[in-house]
Amino acid sequence: MPSFPLPPLSPALPEIFLAAASMALLLFGVFRGERAAREASWLAALALVVAVVLVLGGGGPRQLALYGMFVTDAFAVFMKVLVLLGGIFAIVMSIRWNEQARIARFEFPVLVLLATTGMMMMVSAADLISLYIGLELQSLSLYVLAGFKRDTVRSAEAGLKYFVLGALASGMMLYGCSMVYGFAGATDFATLAATLSGGETLAIGPLVGIVFVVVGLAFKVSAVPFHMWTPDVYEGAPTPVTAFFSVAPKVAAIALFLRVMIEPFGGYVADWRQVIWLISVASMVLGSVAAINQSNFKRLMAYSSIGHIGYALIGLAAGSKEGVESVLIYMAIYVFMNVGTFAVILLMRRNGEDVEAIDDLQGLAQTHPALALSLAIFMFAMAGIPPLSGFFGKLYVFMAAINAELYVLAVIGVVTSVVGAYYYIRIVKLMYFDAPKPAFDRPFGAEMSAVLAVTAVVTLFFFIAPSVVVDSAAAAAASLFPG
Amino acid sequence: MDGLLREYFPILVFIGIAVALAAVIVAASLVLARQRPDSEKLSPYECGFEPFADARSKFDVRFYLVAILFIIFDLEVAFLFPWAVSLGQIGLFGFWSMMVFLLVLTVGFIYEWKKGALEWE
Amino acid sequence: MIVQALAFYAFSAVAIASAVMVISSRNPVHSVFYLILAFFNAAGLFVLLGAEFLAMILVVVYVGAVAVLFLFVVMMLDVNFVELRQGFLQYLPIGATVGAILLVELVFIFSAWAFGGGTLAAPAPDPTEIANTHALGNLLYTRYVFAFQAAGLVLLVAMIGAIVLTLRQRVGVRRQKIARQVSRARAEAVEVVKVPTGQGV
Repeated sequence: MPSFPLPPLSPALPEIFLAAASMALLLFGVFRGERAAREASWLAALALVVAVVLVLGGGGPRQLALYGMFVTDAFAVFMKVLVLLGGIFAIVMSIRWNEQARIARFEFPVLVLLATTGMMMMVSAADLISLYIGLELQSLSLYVLAGFKRDTVRSAEAGLKYFVLGALASGMMLYGCSMVYGFAGATDFATLAATLSGGETLAIGPLVGIVFVVVGLAFKVSAVPFHMWTPDVYEGAPTPVTAFFSVAPKVAAIALFLRVMIEPFGGYVADWRQVIWLISVASMVLGSVAAINQSNFKRLMAYSSIGHIGYALIGLAAGSKEGVESVLIYMAIYVFMNVGTFAVILLMRRNGEDVEAIDDLQGLAQTHPALALSLAIFMFAMAGIPPLSGFFGKLYVFMAAINAELYVLAVIGVVTSVVGAYYYIRIVKLMYFDAPKPAFDRPFGAEMSAVLAVTAVVTLFFFIAPSVVVDSAAAAAASLFPG
Repeated sequence: MDGLLREYFPILVFIGIAVALAAVIVAASLVLARQRPDSEKLSPYECGFEPFADARSKFDVRFYLVAILFIIFDLEVAFLFPWAVSLGQIGLFGFWSMMVFLLVLTVGFIYEWKKGALEWE
Repeated sequence: MIVQALAFYAFSAVAIASAVMVISSRNPVHSVFYLILAFFNAAGLFVLLGAEFLAMILVVVYVGAVAVLFLFVVMMLDVNFVELRQGFLQYLPIGATVGAILLVELVFIFSAWAFGGGTLAAPAPDPTEIANTHALGNLLYTRYVFAFQAAGLVLLVAMIGAIVLTLRQRVGVRRQKIARQVSRARAEAVEVVKVPTGQGV
């Protein structure tokens, strides 16, 4: 019998640290009582910052660890930093809102930490088993977070819907994994890639397996036609949770998507490209058309995120190093635009009540000029107006598609982004050209202003130094393609 | 493979006997006893008067909490079986691996306890 | 060998039949019982495959715990299941269509299926050499330590989630405080009053 000594743990140090920190925080919270919510939130944000440092410090050449279950490379570092940023923003933005909504409990940051741990495991998964467990750790925490405001029917409904559909998607994915395993006889990506690289085209068994895995992943990134849960969950979940949902899990699931499609199944781009092509087109079209009629801002953002995932998947459909690089750039830009927009949504409260309708933004430029300006920046960026950051995201993605000779996909992308621009710019029009409604409650809080300022500056001035993101994205993408 | 299944053969026989016996008893009461059903005999009996309501009433959600906490610890125990069987082979690493696992769940247990989830009001 | 085949067909037939009954029986409590029967038969199938540990877990966890939880949920939801079934026939055609498409797909897949054959990277060990539980134990805590510890975290999240979503503190409830009750001294509980004769307290 082969013996298995203790493997070196240092590659997984950020994950181990976060797991330990979340448990310590849980004990801290339960011994301090319900008053500890604020301290727990700040400590959780601090833990995430430390994790960012650990992730950056652990970057280096590609390294398999823990008996081939776990991998660290430049790609993992890039995506983990994005996920952690999403977590930090979500926790910082949640503090004041949760207190006002009377759901300030220390479990909130603990669950965010555990979900983030799961996402980092997903990003670093090098095996179908670690992929699934990371995904479940993430999803389970998110189901609870969606239903966190349990006294309202909408939040409970969001949690339940997300859970039932998510469990179904997990089941599909597990079925696909079992098919792949049944065919290839291995679960780790390296062996899978070696075993499957026999023929010209993929045998039907693993192909069906891959399709099931894609279905599961498409659900997690909420790509059409597996998007049905998104608007309801986005609308029903507490707004800081929605902000978290729209950023961190998306990044992690896209990372997983890229790694699974490129590493074990990368030799068969031609086989799976049509599937990705289809869901990408469907997501872009639905994201831009269905959002037009929405009156609730959170629902609008749900459709907007579906559309953005469609654009990101264009890069995956290209299947090239350049394509992966464009997806990474797109997601990095998306994180900042989206967090900023949700910061504005979180500040939308009038007389102590949350308002979520788009019409409530009317005349914002006169009541809160700074808020209106930053929201205008985010909306223009999402619409892809140069020179804001969103334009570059779309540019790189479309260029990757054209270089991969996916002309139809690129044209559809351009058309839908023009259609989508309508509803983003409509919001700007509401803010600047309509009669003002009563002002929102003040004060906004220093931490919210800071988040808004950071995201707005990054979004606005991305074009000055795009190389920071572009270079590291290029290095990250290169690490996915050996040789 | 056959050797393993032979060990389970008594259980199979046992199940067979159980099924046969149950079938015989039900069939016998059906065949041997006189069957003269009427509506009064078939109606549910509640102290001589008509039942007030459905027998199924709402449970408190607290029962559910207890049940789900039970399942979690049940699963934890399920992990202990193979560990106990192969403790001799997996060495110190295997031992401490389980200790860390138990530590994680003990953290959860302390949380439960302090939250009062195990208390019945 | 013939006994094995017979047992296989018996377990499979009962499993499928009870699975059909789970979705078609009128009373949800009966559905849960049929589900338990299906679990038992699946456990029998696992034993036939040599996966003893899985069979035991199926009985202990699923029959012993999950089915009980299902019963709780069925009892807890005060749903009129007859009413719930109203739409059943209405959605039957579309459901049947989807099911038929999936079935045809599965038939296509399995008819064209070519297993990896000799390429199995990690085959299950021969049960005559090492017991199933033992083989699992040799790998689970060392080779798969990452998945094992992550599973611990998943269980922790489940615990936190259950408490966050369902536990509520009721106000005005008198709890048992065993330590206080036990340590209560006679002096603070009873007062001895000398009652003068004929005057009452």
